[in-house]
Amino acid sequence: MRWVKKVAFWLLLAVIAVYTLFPFYWAIVSSLKTGSALFEVSPWPKEPAWSNYSAVFTAQPFGQNIFNSVIVATAVVVLSLVLGLTASFALARIEFRGRKLLLVSVLAVSMFPQIAVLSGMFELVRWLGVYNKLPALIVSNLILTLPFTVWVLTTFMRELPKELEEAAIVDGATPWITVSRVFLPLMGPAMATTGLLAFIAAWNEFLFALTFTQSDSVRTVPVAIALFSGGSAFETPWGLIMAASVIVTVPLVVLVLIFQRKIISGLTAGAVKG
Amino acid sequence: MTRPTTPTAGAATGATELPPSALVRERTRAAWLFLTPTLVAMALVAGWPLARTFWFAFSDANLTDMAAAQFVGLASLQSVLEDPDWWTTVWTTFRFALVSVSLETVLGLIIALALNAKFPGRGMLRAAVLVPWAIPTVVSARMWAWMFNDIYGVINAMFLSVGLISEPLAWTAEPELSLLAVVAVDVWKTTPFMALLILAALQMLPGDIYEAAKIDGAGPIRVFFQVTLPLLKGPLMVAVIFRMLDALRVFDIFFVLTGGSTDTMPMAGYSRQRMFEYQEIGVGSASAALLFVIIALFTTVYMVVGRVKLGGEA
Amino acid sequence: MKKVLAGLVAVVALATPGLARAEKLVIACGSVGKEADLCKQGAEAWAKKAGHTVELMSVPQDAGQQLAQFQQLLAAGSSDVDVIRIDVVWPGLMANHFVDLKPYFPDDVLSQHFEPIVKNNTVNGKLIAIPWFTDAGLLYYRTDLLEKHGQKPPTTWQELAASAKAVLDAEKKAGNSKLVGFVFQGKAYEGLTCNALEWIDSFKGGTIVDQSGQVTVNNPKAVEAITFFAGLVGNVVPKGVLNYQEEEARNAFQAGNAVFMRNWPYAWSLANSKDSPVAGKVAVMALPKGGPDGKSTGTLGGWQLGVSKYSKNEKLAAELVKYLTSAEEQKRRAIEGSFNPTIKSLYKDADLLKANPFMGNLYETFVNAVPRPTITGAKYNQVSTEFRNSVYSTLSGKGKAADNLKKVETKLKSLGKDGKW
Repeated sequence: MRWVKKVAFWLLLAVIAVYTLFPFYWAIVSSLKTGSALFEVSPWPKEPAWSNYSAVFTAQPFGQNIFNSVIVATAVVVLSLVLGLTASFALARIEFRGRKLLLVSVLAVSMFPQIAVLSGMFELVRWLGVYNKLPALIVSNLILTLPFTVWVLTTFMRELPKELEEAAIVDGATPWITVSRVFLPLMGPAMATTGLLAFIAAWNEFLFALTFTQSDSVRTVPVAIALFSGGSAFETPWGLIMAASVIVTVPLVVLVLIFQRKIISGLTAGAVKG
Repeated sequence: MTRPTTPTAGAATGATELPPSALVRERTRAAWLFLTPTLVAMALVAGWPLARTFWFAFSDANLTDMAAAQFVGLASLQSVLEDPDWWTTVWTTFRFALVSVSLETVLGLIIALALNAKFPGRGMLRAAVLVPWAIPTVVSARMWAWMFNDIYGVINAMFLSVGLISEPLAWTAEPELSLLAVVAVDVWKTTPFMALLILAALQMLPGDIYEAAKIDGAGPIRVFFQVTLPLLKGPLMVAVIFRMLDALRVFDIFFVLTGGSTDTMPMAGYSRQRMFEYQEIGVGSASAALLFVIIALFTTVYMVVGRVKLGGEA
Repeated sequence: MKKVLAGLVAVVALATPGLARAEKLVIACGSVGKEADLCKQGAEAWAKKAGHTVELMSVPQDAGQQLAQFQQLLAAGSSDVDVIRIDVVWPGLMANHFVDLKPYFPDDVLSQHFEPIVKNNTVNGKLIAIPWFTDAGLLYYRTDLLEKHGQKPPTTWQELAASAKAVLDAEKKAGNSKLVGFVFQGKAYEGLTCNALEWIDSFKGGTIVDQSGQVTVNNPKAVEAITFFAGLVGNVVPKGVLNYQEEEARNAFQAGNAVFMRNWPYAWSLANSKDSPVAGKVAVMALPKGGPDGKSTGTLGGWQLGVSKYSKNEKLAAELVKYLTSAEEQKRRAIEGSFNPTIKSLYKDADLLKANPFMGNLYETFVNAVPRPTITGAKYNQVSTEFRNSVYSTLSGKGKAADNLKKVETKLKSLGKDGKW
């Protein structure tokens, strides 16, 4: 009966693989179809329409949208890491009154529903004069990335050996030197992981982008894809939408596959190790 | 791991050369200095906007002229609580959250157990499992919207060809079906996250218990229910509540996949509709504040159940 | 070297005082296929003549979402858009954000347009937008299919349902499984408000809220109308229609998969374009009556062009609006895209009538189109949403028309106490 178990197991694996990969595969297939071919359900188009991919960039400023997403995500990541690094040192390595409360607050902020800060944020963006400009997104996305960056970096910071710090103190190092010279080099992998997770969160962000940007030239990728319209006369441009989706997804998938282990350790650091 | 430190706030960290109080004072000062930029940033992007939203919740602010807002006490909140549409969205959100998280947990468990076993190609399967998580939510929603299209969608085509249904279903149109569609997308996107969390927990389980179970002749099913599951309870609860919090905040998937009808709207969608389609910032903020309170309650549960370690003791 | 160049540029600039700076204007007009193209062509033609540049801002397809976007943009006081295309029901909602265009449009120009629309666009004495094109709901049908199965164009909705069923049954027997009877805009958005208003008015059930502000939506005729259409869903009307906007309905009809369609006039030129499978096989007529005692009607649609108060180039923007709403441009748009002009004299133009014969014989429909209850002023959006949600619930099987309309009546009455909006 052992072979039945084996077959069942491999069947399960196959089902898992199909389940996770099918929509992505279907998006690729659809992106290569155009016109009436879209209305047929076939596993691979008879004549792959690579033109969809170039049409994506001419139908609307998709290249600009990708660029905007890159700028916003990068800026957010840099800011979060810089702020998070120093904050996590304080929270992880120094005992002081109010530390517990601060940690709880940081965790609490990461639970805020975006909609709960939307009206206040709208006012803030307007006051700063950055409505319909990228800085609006950079500022607002911090609420998404800063808390968990601080949280995860704190978790990693805690793991660093006490002895290093003690040696530095003995040598007369100020806390700043301890952070920048002793710990920073060791936090490399942790920063990479957190940076990656923050990048993905900022890249994905939708509600703020939907509310604070209007012009095509300022839009980021998620909003551009959600509002993709203006197709040619006849059909809703599903082929183009799928092509745009694939364009955006492939680099992310590649990124995630390369950094699998880091991502997994980052995701679990916050939750499981607590 | 760090040497256990004495709990009193003024304890020295083990250095013997410098007077403890000066060092501690310097370090405490440094700690606050280091924290200031972050605290300022969080006050700016989280604290202030939240406070403003609560202020608006007690006002009659309108988008056409936000400066003219007047304090109206609980009136805006009352309109929300008396609005049957609000309760519909609450019900929709909770149903979505419960069904989604249950499915994700079960599927995540199955996938984690599968990935825990050793087999050739395990790395590749794990990579495949990460793919849904890597795709931006909005993009996933559009991909699935296309698959769920009533005339040209592949899901209807497949179901029709195997005889599961006799005519194409309008997945994104009918309220009941569209909830299923939204759940399907969310489950597809988030199961990898659950699976990975559970996998990490599984891999931390001590091996000797399994050895003992094997010696006792326990079959794999018994082992799972009587050994694995009890040990996983802790991390599982943490993961479930964490996901519930996320699910209650949902907005993107519903927006992209379904229409503007209140039958298929989550709580966040209701708030946005009031604020930006009806220009009623006051009422919209009141509903957003309510959502915040609900999430805050759940967060407290999360922290108690998860017994989140804050002190840093190993 | 740089300093020399800078100096040269300064000298040239000073020496040519007559050279006006080329400004950039941004216009937000339709994003749906043909309309976007026509807008772009018109705007660019003006830009070339005037020596400036015009950029198009894309907007969501759904009018309700467009409104939300514009509300945010204008509430933020953004100068990122100069000219905005606004729906016929928005002037009451957005009046404070627009420039009074009366100084730029002398009476002899304004009187060329349909008075009711100009009046619609005037809020508290301020002319906030110029009519650009007008719209009314129409019934499209497949002449070939009706002829093949011996059906006549329907004069009542009941006849339409019977004809559709007859054609469907016959065609399904012959193996055509994709065909459906009737498609319209059934998604819960502004388009459904338009469709449902037509249903109710065609049964002589009033207009949701009447001219004096009284809520009239809950009456026996209205209930009859909504019940009738709810009964069609699932047989001659496919359930998927509950997610259709204009383009989805048009796609189904133009692909040859629907016998009847309710849509705006713009679909005419597209249905007859050279790569349309149904070119030459469609006809258009006024919407049917709600039974022998009903009336033929169509919801008044149409869009106007306004200038944002926050624009940095108010005068130039007004010029752009003048060009786009001129007789010449309106005629071009009518011939190429079936966009109904708002200039009365064009309805006698031979070229226009050749391309769109229905603009001649359906003239009365356009002139007498039933307007949506904008008497509700700033609350219009909410009124429309509550109304269409109750219709949507009924169509999707959640509750009977009588109950849903009663509920919405209570709600609307609480919004507009004693007819005061």
